[in-house]
Amino acid sequence: MNTSKGRFGVHGGQYIPETLMNAVIELERAYEHYKNDPDFIRELDELMKNYAGRPSLLYYAEKLTKALGGAKIYLKREDLNHTGSHKINNVLGQALLAKKMGKTRLIAETGAGQHGVATATAAALLGMECVVFMGEEDTKRQALNVYRMKLLGSKVVPVTSGTATLKDAVSEAMREWTSRIEDTHYCLGSVMGPHPFPTIVRDFQSVISKEAREQILEYEGRLPDAVIACVGGGSNAMGSFYNFIGDEGVRLIGCEAAGRGIDTFETAATVNTGRLGIFHGMKSYFCQDEYGQIAPVYSISAGLDYPGIGPEHAYLHDIGRAEYVPVTDDEAVEAFEFLSRTEGIIPAIESAHAVAYAMKLAPIMSSDQIIIITISGRGDKDCAAIARYRGEEIYE
Amino acid sequence: MSKIKEAFNNGKAFIPFVTCGDPDLETTGRIVREMVKNGADLVELGIPFSDPTAEGPVIQGANIRALSGGVTTDRIFSFVEELRRDVSVPLVFMTYANVVFSYGAERFISTCKSIGIDGLILPDLPFEEKGEFLPLCREYGVDLISLIAPTSADRIAMIAREADGFIYIVSSLGVTGVRSEITTDIPSLVALVRENTDVPCAVGFGISTPEQAAKMAQCSDGVIVGSAIVRKIAELGREAAPAVGEYVREMKNAIR
Repeated sequence: MNTSKGRFGVHGGQYIPETLMNAVIELERAYEHYKNDPDFIRELDELMKNYAGRPSLLYYAEKLTKALGGAKIYLKREDLNHTGSHKINNVLGQALLAKKMGKTRLIAETGAGQHGVATATAAALLGMECVVFMGEEDTKRQALNVYRMKLLGSKVVPVTSGTATLKDAVSEAMREWTSRIEDTHYCLGSVMGPHPFPTIVRDFQSVISKEAREQILEYEGRLPDAVIACVGGGSNAMGSFYNFIGDEGVRLIGCEAAGRGIDTFETAATVNTGRLGIFHGMKSYFCQDEYGQIAPVYSISAGLDYPGIGPEHAYLHDIGRAEYVPVTDDEAVEAFEFLSRTEGIIPAIESAHAVAYAMKLAPIMSSDQIIIITISGRGDKDCAAIARYRGEEIYE
Repeated sequence: MSKIKEAFNNGKAFIPFVTCGDPDLETTGRIVREMVKNGADLVELGIPFSDPTAEGPVIQGANIRALSGGVTTDRIFSFVEELRRDVSVPLVFMTYANVVFSYGAERFISTCKSIGIDGLILPDLPFEEKGEFLPLCREYGVDLISLIAPTSADRIAMIAREADGFIYIVSSLGVTGVRSEITTDIPSLVALVRENTDVPCAVGFGISTPEQAAKMAQCSDGVIVGSAIVRKIAELGREAAPAVGEYVREMKNAIR
């Protein structure tokens, strides 16, 4: 077995070109130093509180609870963060770290555009240059977010290689990083890629479960029975699970994008349909063919449309600590509409995958049980696409 | 002794690259034979990968053409077996870690040995991760080639000391592709390697002209050319073999 750095069981590692090795080593050293540096911690806390708007609410969804007639449902409202999603948690941490490292330029990949917008925002705030790589297909699906990034002063590069979606945006950002390392930090948006990214991103996102755990203990005097979050690369889910991993009674449920179904080829459900492989710097589960060619995955959600999953999730799956369930486009769209109507909260289509599974689970649980659903982002960006899905043409 | 060393016995080595199955394996066969006839000392055979993160647009294109033409690892193995009937120069595979891993590392590496592949270049397998395949490569006598980049700095000694076959010196930052100028101080990189090993060093990434090749060969043991060849194949398709042969002769003459 390989025993290199950044392993979660057999998963993780640093499968990247030699050109990038000193860059990730430098990043690891800087992170190990600054994560314990009181000034860094203070600055980041300050930004989280006064810029991102943390702590985010843990909201008791009473109407949703009654409508489903089972477990009591709380929503962890990451959609209320500045820029509209959980992505800002990681980005503020990494951008501040990059700045301390003397970097002046951030590059990032983005799928739905949420991570791109968050990175563009942090770059604007900290006075850094920013270039975001986005699959051309996604620039069409998420045109509004492209405009937001440009408005924030970033350059957006449409990626035409491969399937022109999130995986290709990651590949292109990695290629860009190998060509310009000196002044550039690759602000990776999920708990994936080579070590130390899965650990850094998880640490910055773990604020979600740190707060949620304190909040639920305060409101209910007990821990939840289940925590549910959507999983693409898996950053909001990892952040939502992390501080509950040691709490044995808490079920951790990651909702994968099944697209048109896990029995079709139009799916992005990695744990449910993939197998062990090595790609994008890590060993983990990937959707791939028998020769290891990465599969062209599909989901209605540009943010979950990724053929892999972060290595720590792969490990939590292996040891049975977390469950990974598939949710189809249809189920997610129904949940998107249902939460909007019952609670007046429009979730991101990504987060709607978590809501959809809760809609199946809550009714078979008892009324003295508790579910926390992480609403990872808000759904304004998805309205036009969902309208199209329902056969309605609207103009943004 | 590794067969790869033979490639460095005829003056400076010229090492051309071709993606297997671009546009089909029959053409690749003709191209490799032309390369060898015209002075190629070692041939790098690319097994295409869907998402080649170390490649620029030219070789990415070759990967896509080859895969959409239906080439697979198994078909490439049969192709090499057939090639080995009349091609005797050392041959190495260049591909990505997942192609080897998903096939089953032992099955892949033992097949390499039995069909006459002498080495393996995996750009996404750095020193820290080579434990993934190195024990099997050593067991079956297939050299796992190490890469050294312009950013390697304090890592050079460590990498060079454990290198097998030859060392692939990456000339520039970034991905594969033709460059008008190579600014890295290659002589210093090679000197650092030399302090730690006598394994030969070949320079690749960005080299396309005989002038560049001559300059790079002066300070190393050989020159690797990929994108400039793949570009000709993209242009000429099934008719590319003679033009590639001519180009290889010109490049080998420039570094002799």
